Amino acid sequence: MDDAILTNRYNMPDAKGRFGEFGGLYVPETLMPLVLELGEAWAQAKQDEAFWAEYHHLLKYFVGRPSPLYLAERLTEYFGGAKIYFKREELNHTGAHKINNCIGQILLARRMGRTRIIAETGAGQHGVASATVCAKFDLPCTVYMGALDVERQKPNVFRMQLMGTKVHPVTNGNGTLKDAMNEALRDWVTNVHDTYYMIGTAAGMHPYPEMVRDFQTIIGKETRQQILEAEGRLPDAVIACVGGGSNAIGMFHPFIDDESVKIVGVEAAGHGLDVYNGHAASLNGGRPGVLHGNRTYLLQDEDGQILEGHSISAGLDYPGIGPEHAHLFDTGRARYVYATDEEALEAFQLTSRLEGIIPALESSHAIARLGDLAKEVGKGGVVVLNLSGRGDKDIFTVAKALGQQMGNL
Amino acid sequence: MSVARIDARFAQLKAENRAAFVSYIMAGDPDLDTSFDVLKGLVEAGADIIELGFPFSDPMAEGPIIQLAAERSLKNGTKMADVFALASRFRESDAETPLILMGYMNPVENMGYPAFAEACAKAGVDGVIIVDCPPEEAERLIDALDAADVALIRLITPTSDDNRLKTLVKRTKGFVYYVSVAGVTGVKEVNAEGIREAVAHVREVANLPVVVGFGIKTPERAAEVARIADGSVVGSVLVDAIAKSLLENSPSSTKVLETASLLAQAVRNARN
Repeated sequence: MDDAILTNRYNMPDAKGRFGEFGGLYVPETLMPLVLELGEAWAQAKQDEAFWAEYHHLLKYFVGRPSPLYLAERLTEYFGGAKIYFKREELNHTGAHKINNCIGQILLARRMGRTRIIAETGAGQHGVASATVCAKFDLPCTVYMGALDVERQKPNVFRMQLMGTKVHPVTNGNGTLKDAMNEALRDWVTNVHDTYYMIGTAAGMHPYPEMVRDFQTIIGKETRQQILEAEGRLPDAVIACVGGGSNAIGMFHPFIDDESVKIVGVEAAGHGLDVYNGHAASLNGGRPGVLHGNRTYLLQDEDGQILEGHSISAGLDYPGIGPEHAHLFDTGRARYVYATDEEALEAFQLTSRLEGIIPALESSHAIARLGDLAKEVGKGGVVVLNLSGRGDKDIFTVAKALGQQMGNL
Repeated sequence: MSVARIDARFAQLKAENRAAFVSYIMAGDPDLDTSFDVLKGLVEAGADIIELGFPFSDPMAEGPIIQLAAERSLKNGTKMADVFALASRFRESDAETPLILMGYMNPVENMGYPAFAEACAKAGVDGVIIVDCPPEEAERLIDALDAADVALIRLITPTSDDNRLKTLVKRTKGFVYYVSVAGVTGVKEVNAEGIREAVAHVREVANLPVVVGFGIKTPERAAEVARIADGSVVGSVLVDAIAKSLLENSPSSTKVLETASLLAQAVRNARN
């Protein structure tokens, strides 16, 4: 037995929730006992086959998994490089990868005897997924959503309301995802005894980055199996958009030990990395700090105040990133590039026209860098892109950005 | 001085058989000169210990009143260097009143722990409270603060059980701060009788004075807490007086100091 191989295997985070120097547990003391209890409950659930059996059953019959791995022929031809596959997370029930995590967390919340769920949401996809599982499991749900995001994601607000969730608009700060997360944390601090906080991304305090990742790795695990079936080998590269980074880590994690697989994350560059406070690229345009319970790369000013950032995509409009991405960035195992609002809008339209798939603006950022990657890998190679969500929710934003009236002929 | 200044203050209070009136304001709210006037005035009004908030863009344990104060301060351009300059200015005018900085981790991380600790010592800051830094993440910060003779004051909450309490009181100095309600600052109201036993228990385990805060809104509540604890902390009510003065366009320091006087008298007379 080659022990060196075993000890070299990627095994993050450590017991303190650290991915190298990132992650950890920075929360007010009122929350500490809860978060530690959550960590223990998660450690137990993780070892419980019955827990995973129920999770997989729900993913199959409620969510509609496995999601297909689809050869995007016309985009492959268009870019003229490697073969391009889409992992079709947008075909999941509720239209994005977010539901994978919510199924797992609602089972954990129920196991812990919690009777009330709170969540934060940016684009509204995690809010909708939370509302969905809460309706299914008959638990009251409050979703905190920045007032600006309520405005730009109205269809999702209505979806949540239809499923019986209370949507609480947050006007503090700029009224975006970070402010919604602050408000959700304030709710949690106040209602510690009965409330479960369903965080939507692989960020925040331990154990969330690990737990959300583990619920999302279904994406990468299925991809592995499907690409082996389709091509008889692993892909040369996987690519995904990164805001908080849960769809990306779900795709990346099962490939971390496969050195032949390039791992590429795409951050939102908004108006451009050179525009102060005009982007949401925490890795390429930020530096390490502490926010929302973890140490990670953050958009911040020279005095350590957090910047709001900007992206046309509400789901990427967050000044931090999951700590595991910070670690993969620092160690160089993953490469992180970026795409601007404008590039994402072009990719959004291109994919709609060429593939008959309207991608979420979030996923469109990854598509915007797909051509570069396909050329880099070259003909004969294989690239898998995680199509994390569908773009129906974004048509209003896109029409506005393009200066078009919806429905005009 | 530093930790010794805190110890001396509690020794004096014990000799006088009264609890500390601990008052909180946000540095730079609405501007640094007003903050200086308020700090000086608070001592005259009867503050025994002062907590000086340093603003953070994402104060996740604060209620709306202190959130808005942080926003006003940041909007006015307050930097950490300004907070330390304000502390120094106060210390030049007052050598005895303990001064505690209170805020969040990221501005501290941004400075680096040794630089932060040295700046505290140089400015005459005696202790710090970092709301989102539990003991699990505090070791290196405490090393730096110890080297500068500055206390890391711990928050202890209604959710802290006995095991947790033991973890919390390790490497803490000066006093401990009992958060009387599960929640954010300035929203719920404390029930002094309901926390009497908890406060006594924390005092015994910590072997340090215990001040109580997070839910004290009136002189009556402040006095009730002063009978069961070693100090009553008032923040949101004072900060709200500043907010109201701005709305009314009246001098901020006058309004906040009137409020502080009433609270201070109530705490001072609580055990008579």
